[in-house]
Amino acid sequence: MIEYIKGYLSSGTTPGEAGNMFWATVYILLVITGVSVAVLCMNWLERKILAHMQIRLGPMRVGPHGLLQPFADALKLLIKEDIIPHDADKFVFWSAPVVVTMTAFTTFLVVPFGRTHAVTDMNIGVLFMLGVSSLGVLGIIMAGWSSNSHYPLMGSLRSSAQMVSYEIAMGLAIVSAVLMTSLQTGTGTLSMIGIVESQAAQHTWFIFKFFPLGFIAFAVFAIAMVAETNRAPFDLPEAESELVAGFHTEYSGFRWSLFFLAEYSAMLAVSSIAVTLWLGGWMRPFPNWLGGTAWDMAFSFLPALTFFVLAAGCFLGTIRMPKIPQFRVQTIGLGTFAALLGFVGLVLLVPGVRVRIQDIYWFVVKVAFFMYLYIWYRGTFPRYRFDQLMKVGWKVLLPTGLGVLIATAIWGLMPQLSAAILGVLQ
Amino acid sequence: MNPVATPFFFYFLAFMAIVSAIAVITRRNPVHAALSLIVTLLSLAGFYLMLYAPFVAAVQIVLYAGGIMVLFLFVIMLVNLEQNIREYQFNKQWIVATIASLALGGLLLFVYRTGRGSFPSAFYQSYRGLEGDNTQQIGIWLYGNYMLPFEIASLLLLVAIVGAVVMAKKRI
Repeated sequence: MIEYIKGYLSSGTTPGEAGNMFWATVYILLVITGVSVAVLCMNWLERKILAHMQIRLGPMRVGPHGLLQPFADALKLLIKEDIIPHDADKFVFWSAPVVVTMTAFTTFLVVPFGRTHAVTDMNIGVLFMLGVSSLGVLGIIMAGWSSNSHYPLMGSLRSSAQMVSYEIAMGLAIVSAVLMTSLQTGTGTLSMIGIVESQAAQHTWFIFKFFPLGFIAFAVFAIAMVAETNRAPFDLPEAESELVAGFHTEYSGFRWSLFFLAEYSAMLAVSSIAVTLWLGGWMRPFPNWLGGTAWDMAFSFLPALTFFVLAAGCFLGTIRMPKIPQFRVQTIGLGTFAALLGFVGLVLLVPGVRVRIQDIYWFVVKVAFFMYLYIWYRGTFPRYRFDQLMKVGWKVLLPTGLGVLIATAIWGLMPQLSAAILGVLQ
Repeated sequence: MNPVATPFFFYFLAFMAIVSAIAVITRRNPVHAALSLIVTLLSLAGFYLMLYAPFVAAVQIVLYAGGIMVLFLFVIMLVNLEQNIREYQFNKQWIVATIASLALGGLLLFVYRTGRGSFPSAFYQSYRGLEGDNTQQIGIWLYGNYMLPFEIASLLLLVAIVGAVVMAKKRI
């Protein structure tokens, strides 16, 4: 038994490939916990960042700087009354949030946080993610239809039309990245780990490959993924001013929080696809320019440094707290949080941990960048009209994606093509 | 490593597929029927996985369950169903339907009885090596040996698309 558990650690592959049930379960639990914690953080960060963009303070009351607000919200949602409308289709109404949440979490099976830090590696990784996340649309349609109410129905109709049309542009962008994986070896791959490894083998991230082709494909994907997750400025399915709350208008309490969880984990999932395909996945930045063991060593201290900076920020906040008895609990709480962050930073300095945490750190940092972009879009862009949305999807993104795909294929075959043309000429 | 395709999974998926397929034709509510059809399609995707064809399974999920069925549901929601139910039903042809399905079943049984040699019991044992590069194999066969049929199929689809556009748009 112990041998079975220990045997995996030296295998150098993912638990799925090694066929190790124990570690696969551990990884799945870790990923589910990590995603849920990330959604909690996202909840707080989104409100805080949006507030600061609009020159407000955002949540400040529950805990120091509103740090405990997401927990308070979660508790509130758990103990709220769970209402099922009288004329709703009970079974479909019940299963819609389950379908949405299950599909959102299942996609994380193939997300590679590192060479060994993924639940499994599939031969069809990207397709698997696309397929499972396209099943999430069904959950939204089920929710909208089963509520037996007008606004949810309109919301889910909009949502399904939007997702189906943007999936095509998204798929074309992905195919052009998959084409790039086949450049050196001759055979491409759809496996998430394989894609990152081929970027390592070609010494470039695919966003910089064939400049500007890689970048255009990435841009098409980056726009389509915002529409795919129903976020601002493409959040027509839940446009508050027109449709109340869209497809989940009739949901309340825990079921509603499942939709919330699914939406944010879908955002994380599509961001991880973008990171894996174009931003080099778990690889650190500047591997060519700042190469060598010395720089590797320097970069390996960054995770700990991040936590130290966060701890210093919290410590500064602790010092600046008002020195009156009413704020004593908050001051102690923030101080403890700062100490906790500092301790995590110290743990990350331990050589064994430091080496293993590297890839996860870079992957998470890149995904966090996309999460910030999502919030930024929401704070700055006005919402599109539905006909504009369809126009952007079908008349701009789809032709661009097709053009980039053809151009990538031609550029990739350039040596063979030029050789053939020269052969004809001679 | 043991094969993943244990008999349990086969019977489980077969049960799911048959029960949901029966539900498709017995449910009165068209949305329920469409949802059951999705379950059937997903169980079929499971069968493809058991046959060591992960690419086909993924395409089945992306295209059928995720794409076509979403459009089905979309149309069902847009159409006024209460009015349709009250209209004259001209699809009550169960005698013809029974004869047709019996004939099809008989044909399948006949093919299975006579062509048993084409279904070796160790079918997947010989194809297991292909699982790793299933996608690449499909690509090579589709764009190599079966280039012409593939192009003809895409031309057919193009004709269908043009037809749909012409029918939908009064003025082009």
